[in-house]
Amino acid sequence: MSDAIAAANPAPGLETISIRKTFGSLVALDGISMKVRPGTLHALLGGNGAGKSTLVKCIMGYYRPDSGDIILGNKQIKTYKPRDAQALGIGMVYQHFTLVPNMTVAENLVLSRGNVPMRIDWKKEKADLRAFMRTTPFFIPIDSPVRMLAAGQKQKLEICKQLYLRNRVLFLDEPTSVLTPQEADEVLTMIKALTLKKELTVLMITHKFREVMKFADEVTVLRNGKFAGTGLVKDLTPTQMSAMMIGSETTRTAARGAKPRGELLLHLDGLHALDDIGLKALEDLHLNVHAGEIVGIAGVSGNGQNKLVEVLAGQRPASAGRINVHGERFGATRAEIRRHKVNCLPEEPLKNTCVGQMSVAENMALRNFDARPHSRLGFFLNAGAIKRSARDLIARYRVKTPSTDTPIRDLSGGNVQRAVLARELSDGVEVLIAANPCFGLDFAATAEIRAQIIEARNRGAAVLLISEDLDEVFELADRIVVMFHGKFVYETPAAEADIGIIGRHMAGHGEADVKHEVVKT
Amino acid sequence: MTSFLAEGSLGFWSVPLAMVGQALRVSAPYLYVSLGETLTEKSGRVNLGLQGTLIMGAMAGYAVSSRSGSALAGVLAAGVVGGLLGILHAFLCARPKVNDIAVGIALMIFGVGLASFLGRPYIKPERVPAMSPDISLGFWSANETVRANLQVNLMFVVGVALVPLIAWGLKNTRWGLILRSVGENADTARAMGYSINGVRLLATMAGGVLAGLGGAFLTLAMQGGWKDGLAPGTGLMAVALVIFARWKPLNCLWAALLFGGAGAIAPALQSVGLNEVKINLGFTQLRWGRYVFEMIPYLLTLGIMIFTSSGSRQMAGIPDELTRARWL
Repeated sequence: MSDAIAAANPAPGLETISIRKTFGSLVALDGISMKVRPGTLHALLGGNGAGKSTLVKCIMGYYRPDSGDIILGNKQIKTYKPRDAQALGIGMVYQHFTLVPNMTVAENLVLSRGNVPMRIDWKKEKADLRAFMRTTPFFIPIDSPVRMLAAGQKQKLEICKQLYLRNRVLFLDEPTSVLTPQEADEVLTMIKALTLKKELTVLMITHKFREVMKFADEVTVLRNGKFAGTGLVKDLTPTQMSAMMIGSETTRTAARGAKPRGELLLHLDGLHALDDIGLKALEDLHLNVHAGEIVGIAGVSGNGQNKLVEVLAGQRPASAGRINVHGERFGATRAEIRRHKVNCLPEEPLKNTCVGQMSVAENMALRNFDARPHSRLGFFLNAGAIKRSARDLIARYRVKTPSTDTPIRDLSGGNVQRAVLARELSDGVEVLIAANPCFGLDFAATAEIRAQIIEARNRGAAVLLISEDLDEVFELADRIVVMFHGKFVYETPAAEADIGIIGRHMAGHGEADVKHEVVKT
Repeated sequence: MTSFLAEGSLGFWSVPLAMVGQALRVSAPYLYVSLGETLTEKSGRVNLGLQGTLIMGAMAGYAVSSRSGSALAGVLAAGVVGGLLGILHAFLCARPKVNDIAVGIALMIFGVGLASFLGRPYIKPERVPAMSPDISLGFWSANETVRANLQVNLMFVVGVALVPLIAWGLKNTRWGLILRSVGENADTARAMGYSINGVRLLATMAGGVLAGLGGAFLTLAMQGGWKDGLAPGTGLMAVALVIFARWKPLNCLWAALLFGGAGAIAPALQSVGLNEVKINLGFTQLRWGRYVFEMIPYLLTLGIMIFTSSGSRQMAGIPDELTRARWL
């Protein structure tokens, strides 16, 4: 089947017509129509949960759309499983690598073919592979174990594998998210060259405007499962694209007490940190958060926000710079956390800050089980006192749980969030770090959690809110800071914030505006 | 010196000779079990039950050959019983939320217990037919002791032949490549349309067959009879040996010979009259006798495990799927 496609160079185009996909009551895709012209690099833009991956997975056969058609070339196609897409010459490169690290490049490629002969003649296979490699722009040593390759080489091998399988239509799901900018440029330049030769038609999921502007021919934007716009990249500016991505419907709902901001509580002074593979993740962060103030950090996911939370929570060392709380150096030890009352509400709290199989009461006591009244002589736990405190918190924060002894992982997402929030807010928190606190919650739970955060602020806490949800930042923050590539690139009081300018900074296209702002003030 | 040798006495040289001879005579169970476990672990699963499989194979091999009068029938029966236990392990592990280590421990106890129960009538029957003529590797020597020490069983030769065959097959056949891909990255293998549980079932079954054959060797070639408490820990040590061998069949052979030879240290030392080592520490005197010598194989296992593990480094060669947390 793939031979026929290969013979029928050039690469075909791909079209979706009114694709609709629902998961229960959630409408993930609401009638998406888009057209990828043959031999082009088409970018699919959108925020988290916009439906980009869902759309691609519908075409690949991972999901079956509720309705709608998919046209490849000029034929309507049906894909029920990924193998069907593969047979039609449609391939996908995922965000994470799907290579087998302990096998060689040659073994990975032969294995991917599916029809491996019973006895493998490595001499012939390797000769074939070398000949094939010469027809591609890539140079990858075929005898090297994959684990020895750099990330950029691995991503090239993934693309190489698709060419080896003679796929002519490629989906790239954030192909550069694990690459350095230089590696990303190199890989995308090669892909672009293949589309120019009409050997490939590429649909690239991304949220990096830089790559769209530099490499894509066309762009389609999704927002909340709906079509939000399309056009030739040369006719569009990043500002127009970010407007399509973000929309304009932002509202401020939570009630807040107007209060002059208080003393300086949290101070970041030239903070640097490295990521897991030793690349710069945070660069020279300076920030002041005062009592009675919410500072919102906006940014597209993957620009260093989670690294910042990890450094603040003591889970990742800072490579330079310091964190001060109350003017004292803060290293997130248990003693310092308790003295300064610095609490943290990370994203996915069940995973990051709870012990799933321990009870609600025990989880609520994780901050203070070793202090009176929960502990006697600093050694014996007082189960009765722990349960009494938990009952009090459950009532005050309206946590829905069958009992204080229920394992916390049996609670719904919103109630885990409430339970953790209760723990983090109850002991007179002075500095609260909240990361995507409402991610994955329904409307009612979201409103309640946001109200609790505002209440903490009104009580005089300094709140650092790190959120990928721009609506949330606009709703809660007194001051907005935009984070891009591990740096704070823009800061503005929320009252004067302009969503267009913020969107441009989130996309890394804000330098001109920074100068503009400076001139204005 | 020549006359000395001709008399059949080798003096202290008999210790290393006995170790080599012992290694050739008793390493086959280690070899079969570790080759079997290598196959299973290459598919991304650990079967700790091979101790039970080994003992069941020993019992079944002896029972069938003493009833049928055919050693070959006993060996085949041991292989079939081993394969069935492998299938049982794979079947249980394929259930959701079942942990292979726990299943393995359960099957180890089950196998040993079941063999003890079913083997009761066979504890003292007549001698079974000899399995196969031994092959002499000592033909070059005129010395009786040397010749006696270098007799090897056909099953050992077959086991040694399996080593390059398995090593080659893992690298050069479709089955080998699929097996390794399942053990290295199950998601990738699944995306290519291979059945993870199917591949692991076959790998665990093959591992069971080999362990069962190793068991047959215990009763038919080595001990010449079935009794309870046969080869305690041999199967478990063979599983540990796979780690030491870095999942490489050729290393399994060396490790099996080393472990087999280590078992000969105690009797060989005694046979040359060394019954005790006295160490004077000044304030007290240590007297190390037979029991300390008999600990040597186990100390070797422990030492190897400590030596080859590291708190920070990941072990080279380990199939990636074995490194994923599978407890929840």
